[in-house]
Amino acid sequence: MHLSETVVGGFSFLAPWLVFAPLTGLLLNLVFGRRWSEKLIGTVASLASGAAFVVSVLLAYSVSINHGEVLRWRLAEWIHIGTLNLDWTFRIDSLSTTMMLVVSGVGTLIHIYAIGYMHEDVRFKHDEGRYARFFIFLNLFIMAMMVLVSGDSYLMLFVGWEGVGLCSFLLIGFWHEMDTLGRPSWANSDAGNKAFIVNRIGDFGFLIAVFLIFWNFNSLQFDEVFAGARSLSVINSPLTVAITLFLLLGVAGKSAQIPLYIWLPDAMAGPTPVSALIHAATMVTAGVYLVARSAPIYTTAPAAQYLVAMTGAVTALFAATIAVGQYDIKKVLAYSTISQLGFMVAAVGMGAYTAGMFHLITHAFFKALLFLSAGSVILGLERGHHYGEAHVHHGDKGRKKKKEVAHTQPVEVFDPGDMRNMGGLRKTMPVTFWLYIIGTLALAGIFPFAGFWSKDEILLDASLHFTGVYWLLSIAAFFTAFYMGRQIWLVFFGEPRHVAAVHAEESPKVMTLPLVVLALLSVAGGALNLPFEGFHDLGHWLAYTLGESESLPLDLTIAGVSTALALTAILISWLVYGRNPLKAGQVDPLKQPLGFVFTGMENKWFVDEGYFAVIIDPFRRLSQFVADVIDWRFWHDFVHDTVILGTYNWLSEVALDRYTDQRGIDAFANWLGTAAQWLSEKMRKLQNGFVRSYALAVMLGAVLILGYLIFK
Amino acid sequence: MIPVDYYIVLSAILFTIGALGVLIRRNPLIIFMSIELMLNAANLAFVAFGRYYEITGQQSFYTGQIFVFFVIAVAAAEVAVGLALIVEIFKTKKNINIDEMNSLKG
Repeated sequence: MHLSETVVGGFSFLAPWLVFAPLTGLLLNLVFGRRWSEKLIGTVASLASGAAFVVSVLLAYSVSINHGEVLRWRLAEWIHIGTLNLDWTFRIDSLSTTMMLVVSGVGTLIHIYAIGYMHEDVRFKHDEGRYARFFIFLNLFIMAMMVLVSGDSYLMLFVGWEGVGLCSFLLIGFWHEMDTLGRPSWANSDAGNKAFIVNRIGDFGFLIAVFLIFWNFNSLQFDEVFAGARSLSVINSPLTVAITLFLLLGVAGKSAQIPLYIWLPDAMAGPTPVSALIHAATMVTAGVYLVARSAPIYTTAPAAQYLVAMTGAVTALFAATIAVGQYDIKKVLAYSTISQLGFMVAAVGMGAYTAGMFHLITHAFFKALLFLSAGSVILGLERGHHYGEAHVHHGDKGRKKKKEVAHTQPVEVFDPGDMRNMGGLRKTMPVTFWLYIIGTLALAGIFPFAGFWSKDEILLDASLHFTGVYWLLSIAAFFTAFYMGRQIWLVFFGEPRHVAAVHAEESPKVMTLPLVVLALLSVAGGALNLPFEGFHDLGHWLAYTLGESESLPLDLTIAGVSTALALTAILISWLVYGRNPLKAGQVDPLKQPLGFVFTGMENKWFVDEGYFAVIIDPFRRLSQFVADVIDWRFWHDFVHDTVILGTYNWLSEVALDRYTDQRGIDAFANWLGTAAQWLSEKMRKLQNGFVRSYALAVMLGAVLILGYLIFK
Repeated sequence: MIPVDYYIVLSAILFTIGALGVLIRRNPLIIFMSIELMLNAANLAFVAFGRYYEITGQQSFYTGQIFVFFVIAVAAAEVAVGLALIVEIFKTKKNINIDEMNSLKG
């Protein structure tokens, strides 16, 4: 304790390195990436991210020795206009350091994993030069995320918010000139655009909220805004409700909630480490962090809180049902992520900030684990596919084989992410299998895995305050366990349904070791906040920032019900998929009994089509109308061609040419000529050739002049 | 002493005779003589005024008289050119009637 007295502020002077460590890695790879080997590139990037993690640990330590006091490190002056004073200040408190630890910790593990993953991915996609670019983007993402979580004002948070959005866009479209199967297409690029555009809608809401905050509280700095919000005496004042609802729009965009979740499933077009890092573990939780950070404002607007909670709960259930009907291994996890984000948003909406943050952390562990394991499965299948290409179809004669290898585009389009191509992988990929099992149990919420504790805390809070939310989330939890069970049976059990699955190979250690670490965290992560007297560590830690929240003891009824639901779901999934494993070419056994319901789940409830029908198509028709009728026919044909061009033509032809030029200037000039002619015609008569008449004229002239001079 | 008015009147008479001669006569030689008459009328006026101003003391240095010399010189040159022209015209046209020399008629 004497340390806190000697080192006030602790290691807060290190805070800028949260941003500058990834920046250093990024710049090194940017400059030297072309010349360095893949191992060196990956090591530099991982070290940069690891350095940010070390800084995060030291900062968390500094907060704890200062008893949770908010530490600030002002790096630079940014905007000083009128009453708006914005600096680049790092805010180090228990909430932000928690996020820093999650982002840099999970981020570093994923960096290491990506060293192995991208090594093979760039070879399967035939572009090895893109290896360095991937790590540059990954470091850029860590940097932007650190700006987001360490910002001390809404605008600094927004800078990071946009930065991670940019990285998300860049990485979804990492293989921008192909689709997920490597065929030439703009599909991946479209997915990136979709994510970016949908997020713009959310960012619009965020910006409006920021404007409203500044308009009314005259500041964007968190503490000043919160002080202003606390001083409002009215509950549910229109002002705070408006701010919180616009913030909710931003949250819905970034954290993939109804109605803006549609970009996240498409974002799976990015390489798998990206899906794990950005679209599962860290970036998409920024919305949850935003609500938790804005807790003092939300507390004054219970109406908005209710809406946030309901949005989260409905999203949780809705996305969980879609996940049941998906065949792509990553799409299942994507909808699962949306669903779990729904849990978190519901939790922070209910005011259960600790539960929400707790679930954010555990979810980061087990969903990153699941995604990375799925990446391992996909690569394993890809290896098996290439083995099969080389050995089965044309393996008999070397001459043919050589020809086939040179053939870069296989005739058969093989989807290594399709679960219908898998089966029986537990024998060929045992390590990945066990890691996947751990991730699944954690996600399904089975005791004593991390997901059990965090999900239970959310359910417990919901059961006490929002019964509707509780039921929605419970059903969502049931579906969660079911679709994860389905996935396990489809991927790892039964017989291989494709030649690639027969020859699937286990991934190298550089990929599996980070997964082992994540698996350990998924097992033990619940220890962060055990619901027993004397524990609740995360709750007490976050209470420094968020105020003391209720630390609920374990409720055996709630825990029992959710565990029973999860186990039942897994049992049902075994009955459907495990007992009679799927055969190659067989349709999903749920399709027959569920009929159109399954068709709906399979097709994501036609939400994308609905958006097309309700928004995009009418919008296109409107644009068509605006372009064709208003712009082309009215503006171009009528206004320009008829009115302006006609007027101009009339002006030039009639008014200027005919009347002004021809009949005015030309006529005058012609008249001058005619007049001169006429005058000279008359004058030539005077030139009669008689010298004496000239002399007379001279004489008379002289007389006239003299007469004038004399008699004037 | 004869008053200057007399000289002026004489000069005017001479000038008028000369002018009428130029206007009326058709023979270029006569016209030249008339021109000489007009020039000499002017010379007379120059000399008369020159003397008059000298006597009245208003001007000196024989300004009027000097001008007369100029006039006589210019008149001589003019007659020389004019007579040469008349000779040439006569050579081509065998005639020096001034009214027939109207080829510059407009």
